[in-house]
Amino acid sequence: MTADSSRLERASARGAIARLIQSDVWTVALIVIFVALYVFTVLLRENYRLDALAIASLPVAFAAVGQAIVVISGGIDLSVGSVMALTNVIAAVLLESYPELAVPIVLLVLVIGLAIGTVNGALVVLSRVPDIVVTLAMLFVWAGAALLVLGTPGGGSVDWLNDAIKGGLVVDYLPMALVLLLVIVFAIWIPLRRSRLGLSIYAIGSDQLAAFRSGVDIARTKIAAYALTGLFASLGGLSLTASTGIGTPIPGPYLLLSVAAIVLGGVSLAGGRGGLLGPIVGIYILGLIRADLTFLGVEPAFSTVVQGVIMVAVVMIGAYLTLRRRRAT
Amino acid sequence: MSDLLLEANGVVKRYGSVVALRDASLAIRPGEIHALMGANGAGKSTLVKVLTGAVPPDGGDIVLKGERRRAHSPAEARRSGLVSVYQEPAIVPDLTVLENLALTETPVDAFRAQLEPLGIGRLDLRAMAGTLPLATLRVIDFARALAIEPDVLLLDEMTAALPADLTAGVIEAIKRFRGTDRSVIFISHRMLEVAGLCDRATVLRNGATVGVVDVTPGAADDIVSLMLGPGSDEPRAPGDPTAVTRTPMPSRVGDAPPRLAVQGVAAGRQLQDVSFDLHAGEVLGLVALEGQGQDELFEVLSGQRRPAAGELLVDGAPARFGHPADAIRAGIVLVPADRSAALLMQRPVAENVTLPRVARPSRWGPINPRRERAIVRRAIERLQIDTRAQSEVRRLSGGNQQKVTIARWLDAGVRTYLFYDPTRGIDIRTKREIYALTRELAEGGAAVLLFTSELDEIHRVCDRAIVIFGGRVVHELAAAAADEPTLLRAAHGLESRPAGSAA
Repeated sequence: MTADSSRLERASARGAIARLIQSDVWTVALIVIFVALYVFTVLLRENYRLDALAIASLPVAFAAVGQAIVVISGGIDLSVGSVMALTNVIAAVLLESYPELAVPIVLLVLVIGLAIGTVNGALVVLSRVPDIVVTLAMLFVWAGAALLVLGTPGGGSVDWLNDAIKGGLVVDYLPMALVLLLVIVFAIWIPLRRSRLGLSIYAIGSDQLAAFRSGVDIARTKIAAYALTGLFASLGGLSLTASTGIGTPIPGPYLLLSVAAIVLGGVSLAGGRGGLLGPIVGIYILGLIRADLTFLGVEPAFSTVVQGVIMVAVVMIGAYLTLRRRRAT
Repeated sequence: MSDLLLEANGVVKRYGSVVALRDASLAIRPGEIHALMGANGAGKSTLVKVLTGAVPPDGGDIVLKGERRRAHSPAEARRSGLVSVYQEPAIVPDLTVLENLALTETPVDAFRAQLEPLGIGRLDLRAMAGTLPLATLRVIDFARALAIEPDVLLLDEMTAALPADLTAGVIEAIKRFRGTDRSVIFISHRMLEVAGLCDRATVLRNGATVGVVDVTPGAADDIVSLMLGPGSDEPRAPGDPTAVTRTPMPSRVGDAPPRLAVQGVAAGRQLQDVSFDLHAGEVLGLVALEGQGQDELFEVLSGQRRPAAGELLVDGAPARFGHPADAIRAGIVLVPADRSAALLMQRPVAENVTLPRVARPSRWGPINPRRERAIVRRAIERLQIDTRAQSEVRRLSGGNQQKVTIARWLDAGVRTYLFYDPTRGIDIRTKREIYALTRELAEGGAAVLLFTSELDEIHRVCDRAIVIFGGRVVHELAAAAADEPTLLRAAHGLESRPAGSAA
């Protein structure tokens, strides 16, 4: 019996490794694509530095992470760009007036992000109006709020915040902004993924009835997912403050980029599937493609067409490979 | 013995103007296996939802272990000792088995101990749940419920679609509750299972409890008459509540080619090499345990999948189906077990009935509303579809949904029906209506292929039966000779007894 069970253990351990590679094969492929693109970029521009990309990508990477969480839970948050703008201007205004209170201000902005997300989630749950409609409405609400806080670009930041995302850690090839992003995201996500809340987020996105019957509190889990999205949106807003040094009340194209990145990153828009590393790599790939097209002298208007085509192609290839793998097994 | 474990008194539940439960009561003694019976729409599902806290009752009370209680969610019901297992397993597909256990806070060791006796001892707990066969998921759900050691285990049609080998382990596990201080509420449409397993049965009709029966030999008749109610004076043979009158099959015209000839068809991993003829005017039964290739066969025949080998002949002419529309054009339609795979659940009954008629690309242009209404009315009357909630098909009961699936093909020039377990999870009264309809179709000249997981349907409805095992036809016999032991042996790949084949 012991021999039997140990054989079983070994078999399942081997299965686990195979599964790990298989389940993350998409992320691995994305990383390969990213490295290839990076090499290509360096060939184009010898002095191309990764930290420029990392700094430029930091705000939208946080947005993509937040979006990924809510999409995994089966929802979508269209207000993510507006929340970034709102938290960006709140931070800029407060930091300009009270630079000595920078640390409490940063914490306050994060709490505001969490609160905004909770409001979004609570409205979705209580109103029973579809997520996409509620968050579309909140997109306008939070965008308006940002303009009320700061009518025109302005405000300020503090040096340590600006410096926190600049340069490299130890070596130049490891951009500080990337390290910061990964540390923050995974310090929050890894413990969460293993907790009951993390499982519940996947569960309600995967099969709501099965989750309900498994004893998951759908409403509370949904609100928690939106709250996390709000938290990451406020991290995006803070990194906007840090990278630009000011507050800008008009949101950038972060919403659409965040959705593009999670689709590219292997998160199912139907919910229940995907992780957070894929969307982050997705953001970097999108950034590199944009840079390369610029270096190649492609007209900016045409370069967005190319970006779109590349996205569809990559996702189609991914779907095709998944399908083939499923047929093979 | 006098103290009740679970008690429901005068439970009332209304959905808008529809009264789902008028006066439902239930009394469960410790250590008993208690059947909850009732026809479609009798209120079983609603009572289950009230008991498990999925919906709040509008009246009445529930007493568990002497304490009056109103659970507000399945999680609360679970904590107070009532755990339920449904026909659709409450397993999240995008999590692994282990994560599903963690989600429900199930002790892993206790769960693992259940697997071996239930026949899934080789389960890999790290497997993504969505990649496992449905039957395995059902057993996992059941094992998980056992591992929690509930005071009351509520099984809602959980054996309905389980293959025979897995059912045995489940039944054994249920029997172990007898004589302990814990109980099982068992809901099933399979009278034989109930008769063989349960101690007492509570019967619901029209939202009210109409009787509690001690399950003794012969009690099946009492249960059925309670379920059908005094209003039903339809003739029925004693001991055979679902008997349909059957006129002898007209003798076949010798030279006519079969309506559908299947020759050496193979597809996927399961379907190896299947050949048979399906003639006009007959109901051909198909018996197989889960995963013997019948799913692939039905997919090939209905045009959802191309065969890897073999040929189909329709009326003697070779046919290649690249799309279900091709099969429909050849007059071959599928009625699946899962109603949601055939119906537009959020659309009204009328649209679902007329869709096959208007979905032909060759017929563009406006739909004649008067004709449409007439067709719908005729189909509804013929099949006695309960249309109280016809604005959305998903609000109909399972039996009525299945009737709509069949209704949509009537009068549409269909000559070959592929029925895939059409009575799964359907109450006895609707079952009988579907049996009668199946015979009627055949007698009207249609050819019907009927896959069923209920062996008694073979001699009730069919003229002839084939048994598939390991992707091949292993047995063919006349319905008269198709007693359950013979079918079951053949379905397990055992040689049929010489006496059986001689008969």
